[in-house]
Amino acid sequence: MGLIENKYPDNIITTSVDGLVNWARKYSLWPMTFGLACCAIEMMASAASRFDIDRFGAGVFRASPRQSDLLIVSGTITNKMAPVVKRLYDQIPEPKWVIAMGNCAISGGPFDTYAVLQGADKIIPVDIYLPGCAPNPEALLHALMTLQKKIEKDTIKKKIG
Amino acid sequence: MNNEKNVLDELKGKFGEDITETSEFAGDLTAAVRPSKWVEILNFLKIESKDKYDYMSDLCGVDHNDRNPRFDVVVHLMSTGNFKRVRIKTQVEEDEELDTLSEIWKTANWHEREAFDLLGIRFKDHPNLERILLPDDFLGHPLRKDYPLKAEESAKKQEELRAALKGEKVEADG
Repeated sequence: MGLIENKYPDNIITTSVDGLVNWARKYSLWPMTFGLACCAIEMMASAASRFDIDRFGAGVFRASPRQSDLLIVSGTITNKMAPVVKRLYDQIPEPKWVIAMGNCAISGGPFDTYAVLQGADKIIPVDIYLPGCAPNPEALLHALMTLQKKIEKDTIKKKIG
Repeated sequence: MNNEKNVLDELKGKFGEDITETSEFAGDLTAAVRPSKWVEILNFLKIESKDKYDYMSDLCGVDHNDRNPRFDVVVHLMSTGNFKRVRIKTQVEEDEELDTLSEIWKTANWHEREAFDLLGIRFKDHPNLERILLPDDFLGHPLRKDYPLKAEESAKKQEELRAALKGEKVEADG
């Protein structure tokens, strides 16, 4: 993790830094340009002018995992694709978050078959589960806002244990 | 409909007994042929037949599970010059190889790899008979009727097959 994270106890300085860091992080999420299936179409629509995900500070879709901090798993993960998704997640520097977008990314959706991974959480940790087939852009924006609420509660203070 | 001699008559005239069955339904022509004459008959259809079926639009396999021979291999041909189509079928046993068509149509290369990948039908003299869709470490052929369909059972089957493979290797080493 970062230089100041998980080092200092709970006091007025850490909570103040939390407030600043979390505020900066939640309004500057850089999602990765990464689409797996039809959900990706909705993700692209969210990024375009009508829904404009940039209003929430998450409009800078990066073409490299090394510049991103948000992985939107938008679509069916086939078993053949699973190692690639895992590698891309590993390549994202900390701090990083994952939205499992759509039923396929949550649980395999309708594809209970030999070829499909039964949910993104089998290989990577997921922060937000966004159901729908496909979830519309408003739903993705809601997932993003939910993620922002989660980031708000994050802290740099030393964790017990 | 028309009394003109069609490609099925042409085939029967030329190959006789090797054409085991012919049918015509809704304008679709089908011929079942002996696997031993597979390449010869298809080469004839492309080069010498009246319609010159120069384009192979599809090749696929069918698993009949309990039937013997177990598999069908079906080829759909099209003549781009005469806009005609014909379907040629043959039957293959589980442990039998069928001659490859990749010498006649380049596109058959990938079609045959798909049939091998999903059904385990082997093609003799194929230049590169490897999996084309599934991951390289996949075991078994999931479009076979006796392969479990659902994800969980399929994963179990994979483990079984992998364990069996390891056991074999250990035996071979020891």
